[in-house]
Parts: sequence; structure tokens; C-alpha cells
Amino acid sequence: MQEVELQDILTAREDGDYIINIGPQHPSTHGVLRFVVSLKGETLEYVIPHCGYIHRGIEKMCERLTYPQIIHLTDRMDYLSAHMNNEAVSLAVEKGLGIEVPDRVKYIRTILSELQRLASHQLWWAAFGMDLGGLTCFFYGLRDREKILDIFEESFGSRLLHSYICPGGLMNDIHPNFQKRTKDFITYFRKKLPEYDELLTGNIIFEQRTKNIGILSKEEAVGYGLTGPSGRGSGFACDIRKRFPYSAYDKVNFKEILYNEGDTWARYKVRMDEMWESMRIIEQLIDNIPEGDFTAKMKPIIRLPEGEYHQRVETARGELGVYIISTGEKNPYRMHFRTPNFSNLFVMNRLAAGFKIADLIAISGSLDLVIPDIDR
Amino acid sequence: MEKEQLAQILAELVPGLEINSSKEILEVKAASNTWHELAGKLASDPRLQFNYLHNLYGVDWQTYFTVIAYLDSTILGYSLIVRTEVADHDNPSLDTISDIWITANFQEREIYDLLGISFSNHPDLRRLFLEDGWGFPLRKDYKDDINFIER
Repeated sequence: MQEVELQDILTAREDGDYIINIGPQHPSTHGVLRFVVSLKGETLEYVIPHCGYIHRGIEKMCERLTYPQIIHLTDRMDYLSAHMNNEAVSLAVEKGLGIEVPDRVKYIRTILSELQRLASHQLWWAAFGMDLGGLTCFFYGLRDREKILDIFEESFGSRLLHSYICPGGLMNDIHPNFQKRTKDFITYFRKKLPEYDELLTGNIIFEQRTKNIGILSKEEAVGYGLTGPSGRGSGFACDIRKRFPYSAYDKVNFKEILYNEGDTWARYKVRMDEMWESMRIIEQLIDNIPEGDFTAKMKPIIRLPEGEYHQRVETARGELGVYIISTGEKNPYRMHFRTPNFSNLFVMNRLAAGFKIADLIAISGSLDLVIPDIDR
Repeated sequence: MEKEQLAQILAELVPGLEINSSKEILEVKAASNTWHELAGKLASDPRLQFNYLHNLYGVDWQTYFTVIAYLDSTILGYSLIVRTEVADHDNPSLDTISDIWITANFQEREIYDLLGISFSNHPDLRRLFLEDGWGFPLRKDYKDDINFIER
């Protein structure tokens, strides 16, 4: 892949190829991301992603901040998986300190992660349907997501960037209404989720636009590090919740959704099925939250002992890894985030090359990219 | 149990390899000139089959750099951490492993962009987030007079 010259972008080249920029401001990229696309007629020859438009240097900032402060930056990476991002850093710090959090905290963290996953998949479904021309999907998805955000708002006072899970436990206890409202929501959403299928899944136009589009084999998915629902659509059993259970995931029964087709349709089906599994996990835990403290005993200033600590967590988009190198100070010497979207983005060229330009929208939608998570 | 088994296979595969089994995950340390060779063996040996590189990152220790790779074998269920030191701080360079694990292609670009370690034989070594000519922000001696506030 060569670097594209400005001249190439403006004019058709001698070999009949067109070079076109999609983004950095384009509805289908879901954020500030630019694809440089080479076209022969309508067929894609290659797709080069250019990122960095929203690079904030979070890893560098972390070197100056204390661990409880870092929590607030992790929300802003994958803002649709805020709870899981907070949880990843909290678990890594707790591992470094050798602290065991109370069972109550583990249960609440797991419930919140699954609620967040539901909200994230609802928004993905809404936007994916809209990308492919089904505007009704957007209203259905956001209508139901709103109910989860209301539950969040009541307990932690924020709807998107919670910073609620912190090293040692939780910022404050859950609202007395939390359990009842969550159960009400599950009852409600169990009725509404089949509507999603009626609206989009069986639609013949939708099927034709997704089946056999953007195919990736299991070996390639492993090689590219494609994780999360996108990886599981290729049959790569990469669910961290199953492989390295954390919080209360070892106490619940759920199925790891795997499809072997590896196309856009399979990635769509994985997320649809995962919503059912998330509801199952919440139902198993919501009535059994143990009584107790909402936080472990913590010192006011957290100093991690010298060494390296890491923690892997399954967010709504795949594997998030937090890597901390501490020299015994109250801030990390080096902090690194292995973000799921970073690895998932670079599979674009492999997936889209050879397909039509309209398929690019379907493929990038099925990867469910969140751009601030790539750039950090 | 699994860890000892893995340590034994690794000791047979590469005699004289520095193996640390005191942590949660087995760690090995490679010399920087055997980095590519070791990676190739880890990926292709039928007893190991490390096919999933889930993380690769670098650290600036002011006089030298460390590059750390986290590997999983999704087939056999092993995990391994491989690290190496890049001694030349003024002109750091390491062999690429992107021909073995394709995801390393982009993670190496990120390391090059933010830490300034160049990877030889890399197919497409360009800046990823920042512009050409920008410094390397994750180095400890990085100074930005405009955007930094010293406390």
C-alpha cells in the first residue's frame, strides 16, 4: 500500500482508478476517521484507514495522574463501554494491591457491564440499520437504550461517562430503585427484542446486503487480533468472560455466541444473540446481590508496589487490556491500553477489498467502531 | 502445572533462554538480535502454536527501551510474555514481527509513532496518529512547551 499523493485524490489516475476520501466527517465512519479508498469503477481496490484526528495522548496523561484520576480518562476511550473500561483499570489496580473486593461489588459490576453491553448493542443496531437505509431502526434502538440510561442516571447521576467503578469498589451504593427498575427493563426488553428481528433481520434487502459480504476466516481473525462480536462472527472463541473470568462471570451461566460464516451477517447475528445472553446474566444476578459494603477498605493515596500488572476485560467491542508499569509511585511509570477497536479497524482493508463501495458502509458498520477508542 | 510444562518445552526449543516462572504468566527474555527468530519459533512450533498476539508495547527506561509482547495460543491454551531490550537509546531499532503476526504491523506503527523505535523490514512504517516531524511523546525526555503545564 503506497502513500496517497494529493494529486491522486483530485484526479482520476491513468490506470482508471479513482482515489476518494471518505471522512474525516462522514456519517458512515461514526466519528472522525478517514478512509482513503481506491476505486476501479464501483469496486474497492484497497482501503487505507487514517486515524489520529482525536488523539488526546491518554497514555501520556496517565503518567502524570493518580490511579483514581485515571478512571475518568478511561470513560473517554470507548464511551459506549464506559463501565467496562473503568472496571479494567480498577481490576488491574486491585490486582497490584492484592485487594479482594466484596461480593456485592463483584455482582454489581457484572450487572452494570451487561447493562452497558445491552445499551451499546442497541445503539449499534440502531446505527447499523440506519447506515443501510432503515431509519426506523434508529428510533427503536434509541427508545430502548434510553431506558437503560435512565437507570444509570438514577444511580450514578450520569448517562454516558459514569466513572462509577473505581479502584476498591464503587463510588457510592446503588439507588434503592436499581433492582426493581432493572428487572422491569428486562421484562420490557424481552418483549421488544423480537421486534428488532421483525423489523430488520428478516428483511430480504438487508439479507442481500450483508450475507457473503466482507468474509474473514477464523485463522485470519486470530492473526489480525479481531476480537469481540466481530471476531466471534468468524468463529474465534475470544470471549474473555469465558476464557479468563473476572468479577462474577464465573458464577453465571451463559453461552459464548459463535458463528462460523465470518461475513457481515454473522457479525450482526452474534450481537443480536448476545443481547439475549446479557439479559440472562442480569436475571441470574439481580435478585442475588449480597448485602455488604460497596467498597473495600482503601488507603487515601494508592501506591502500587513496583512491578507490572495487567488485566483483560471483555468490552462491548472486544478485548480491552490494561497494562500498568509501576515504580512504587502514586502514578504509573507507563500505562498502556490495548483497545479492541484499534485492532478491529485495521482489518478493514482485508474485509472490503474486492467488494463494492456500498458494501464498505455495511462492513464498517458491522465492526462497530468507536473512534476515540482507536486514537486514545 | 501448565506453566512448568511450557517452561520445559521452551528450554528444549531455545537452549539458554532466560525463563521467569515466578509470576502469574510465564515470562521469557530474548536478546534483541534473536527477537525475530524466537517469535518465528514460538508461532510455528507444533507444541506451542502461539497464534494470537494480543498486545505489543514499548517502555522508555531513559537509557534503554523495553518491548513486550503478550502471546496466547488459542489452540493449546498457553499464555506467554516475551520481552526484549533495545539498548541503543539514541537510535533504537528492532526487527519487525509483522510477518509472523499481522496485527503486529499496526502495533509496531503505534510504537514507532509514540516511542520512536524503528522496526526494520516493516512493510509500511509510517506515523499513525501524529504528523511527521512531531517528537516522540511517550519518551520520558519529551518536552512540549506549548501544551504542557509543569506543576
